[in-house]
Amino acid sequence: MKYEIVIGLETHVELNTKSKIFCSCGGHSEAKEPNDCVCPACSGMPGMLPVMNKRVVELAVTAGLMLNCEISRYTTFDKKNYYYPDLPCAYQITQLNHPICTNGCVHLKTSEGERDIHIKQIHMEEDAGKLVHVGKASLVDFNRTSVPLIEIVTQPDFRSAEEVLVYLNKLKSMFRSGGISECEEGAMRCDVNISVRPEGSTEFGVRSEIKNMASFEAIEKAIRYEAQRHIDAIEFETEELVQETRRFDDATGKTFAMRNKETEADYRYFPDANLMPIIIDDEWLEKIKAAKPVEIDEKADAYREAGISEKEIDMLIHNHNVSKLLDDVVAMGCDAKNAAGWILTDCVGILRKNGKLLGDLTITADDLASIIKMVDSGDVNRMSGRKILTAVLEEGADPVAYCKENGLDAKVDTTVIEEIMDRVFAENAQAIEDYKNGKVKAKQALFGACMRELKNTADTAVIKEILEKKLLDV
Amino acid sequence: MNNYTVKLSDKGTIAVDDTILVKGAQTAAGSHILEGFKPLFSAEAVVRLEKAGYEMAGKTHVGEFGLDLVGEFSYYSENDNEETLKGAAAKAVASGEVKAALGVDMNGATRRAAALSGVDFLKPTYGTVSRYGIISCAASGEQMGVYAGNVEGIKEVMDVIAGYDEKDGTCLREEKYDYSTELPISGKKVCMIKELMEKADEETVARVNAYAEKLRAAGVIVEEISLNIFDVANTAWQILMTAETCNNVSRYDGVKFGYRAAEYKNIDELYVNTRTEGFNFLTKAVILYGSDVLSKNRYEDCYGKSLKVRRVIAEKFAELMEQYDAVLTPVCSKSAYTAYEIDKAFGVVFEESVFTAVANLIGVPALTSGGVQLMGKAFSENVLLSLAGSAERAGK
Repeated sequence: MKYEIVIGLETHVELNTKSKIFCSCGGHSEAKEPNDCVCPACSGMPGMLPVMNKRVVELAVTAGLMLNCEISRYTTFDKKNYYYPDLPCAYQITQLNHPICTNGCVHLKTSEGERDIHIKQIHMEEDAGKLVHVGKASLVDFNRTSVPLIEIVTQPDFRSAEEVLVYLNKLKSMFRSGGISECEEGAMRCDVNISVRPEGSTEFGVRSEIKNMASFEAIEKAIRYEAQRHIDAIEFETEELVQETRRFDDATGKTFAMRNKETEADYRYFPDANLMPIIIDDEWLEKIKAAKPVEIDEKADAYREAGISEKEIDMLIHNHNVSKLLDDVVAMGCDAKNAAGWILTDCVGILRKNGKLLGDLTITADDLASIIKMVDSGDVNRMSGRKILTAVLEEGADPVAYCKENGLDAKVDTTVIEEIMDRVFAENAQAIEDYKNGKVKAKQALFGACMRELKNTADTAVIKEILEKKLLDV
Repeated sequence: MNNYTVKLSDKGTIAVDDTILVKGAQTAAGSHILEGFKPLFSAEAVVRLEKAGYEMAGKTHVGEFGLDLVGEFSYYSENDNEETLKGAAAKAVASGEVKAALGVDMNGATRRAAALSGVDFLKPTYGTVSRYGIISCAASGEQMGVYAGNVEGIKEVMDVIAGYDEKDGTCLREEKYDYSTELPISGKKVCMIKELMEKADEETVARVNAYAEKLRAAGVIVEEISLNIFDVANTAWQILMTAETCNNVSRYDGVKFGYRAAEYKNIDELYVNTRTEGFNFLTKAVILYGSDVLSKNRYEDCYGKSLKVRRVIAEKFAELMEQYDAVLTPVCSKSAYTAYEIDKAFGVVFEESVFTAVANLIGVPALTSGGVQLMGKAFSENVLLSLAGSAERAGK
């Protein structure tokens, strides 16, 4: 019999905010010591009250808009009660009754075709801390406590591990380009709800929930393992399936059931009276909409239209800062395709030489646009342009000043060029002979020699023109 | 234990209930479980008073988490003279040791203590005084309030502590409130509630009636009416209050601060032993009751319904306030305190809270003065203080 895999996802994404969701602690990702980014509020001391970080609401709404959700105009927080040492208040502030976004949809293209994944809801919540086990002792680190998360809950619309990965990669690209989350390792975690059923059946099979996986690789492996386990159970009656919560073990590549005690908890959700309902009025919503970055699909189309290659588009939409740099440079009047080449070929080449990656690119749009314009207008030649770019990237040089100081100006007097060329001709009699005998390569050598004499500054087109003219006379 | 006795001091000093944080001074909400907890900051009200030049005299005992009748069940009172500890802040004000005191009104204990000690206590409108620095139990209805010898003292302190605080998300945006303007009270209408008068003993009834006479003498119209909302309001508030308290005290688990049991073999035992030893009988009863009303099977019937009751009561009370400027009621059923055992406390407090709970449930102001209670609509503190001021002057 053929089986269909049915998957729903709950994805936790850490939001890219300066401070935590209910207090002003910040910079947890750069914390050097455990409990560096902790205040009385996020460590659960009595007397402190949560105060809503507005930025979290704005990022959650932006995420909702990107996933085509309805935005709730009235949204509230609830408390979820459970005891664990990494949860300082013994409750997590989350959203149950009035989540911020509902009823969204994401369109996927996979090798098997296209599919719409429906988003049930997006809600805001706080992260928990971390336990570190040292010998017999357990130590608590609250740096992560109250870091803002959104949880994106889909309907059971996925039918394969591939679709799940396409979806997760799409979320990652969207959220990075939208400045919603860096989506770095560990900043995106998934719970996978999975069941299988005979193909054609409309009823759902027995469901497992595989909790808290941080890597896409693990998610893929877990889905494949779990689906096969379900199929074997049905097909060969290897075991009786029960609805349960499981964990994936990276080392063995298998899932295992968690203790019942952990899964049958009654979380006693109820409204958090310390946080007033948040009202998102038209004015605020419009402001968030206006600030929302262009959707990646639209953006990719725009790049495609500008003649940028698919490979380059891929690099751009995965690097929000880089695509922003490109957009800014284009806004300053540079050609998109040309500018993309400057960024993704020249900048990347220089970075790589220095052992850096595209993500380390720091050049300002002003500086880059100024270099591109110098080259486009013929003020400096392409090679000098790259030289200036290198100086900017490696030494933080000012492009215009660097060009002047190093005599890279391409507007060399043609009489000077002619004089130099005469000298080059005199010094390279053999090359002239070769040229006369039909060796085209000899022309290249003469051109190179001229460029060297001119310290690579002059406009190559001008040199070529003079060279051609002079060669007619030899 | 020095922190816990009221320091004899000059006029101009303020006592602070042990449910309110004072930087560096042990603040334990009368509970063993917070033994040794020294806050890193002071409550906003304390900071404002200190800035205004008042001196904090010391911390006053409260019953554990302010859950009891008048503050009789503090962990720290066992070794002291019990008599002086009941309603410690109210007594300190009554004896003139301090000018005023700050207390948290969560389930009426502060109002009852004030009534039994013969001083005034104002539980202002919810959201007017910052709750930053309160050892919170029932966030949706608790409110910082003021004990003083008379309404003038209450006005003076309220003028300092009330007003917006960005550190409390429930604090209303109003920057300043006016408590000092004396309103003309002649012609104001006040109602007494038949159902509440019937629950009070003879002496209490006589006291409320005498108070009504004083108001009438000042030209106030006082009528007795029948309004059957107080029992259901009380039940709803006890459900919400126990649920919220159960949740808010769950952070006291022995992991981070305060008391930790000496004996435990694993994390579960650490929790169970710490909390078994750290909470008193009444707090445990509240925790059990609170976790029951929040449990999956009971939520809709208990907590969910109580939230609906809260809305209905708010509407009914608003209707009443279209006809009257204030409600005059007893503060508790008895005119004097009678000792009782802690295993009866849950029921005793529940029963007595019928007089006080509505103000916590819907956030309206309630003033204890002259052993009676005046309640009004939100932000009507001025009306209540003017009425009580007139009665106080008439009493002299």
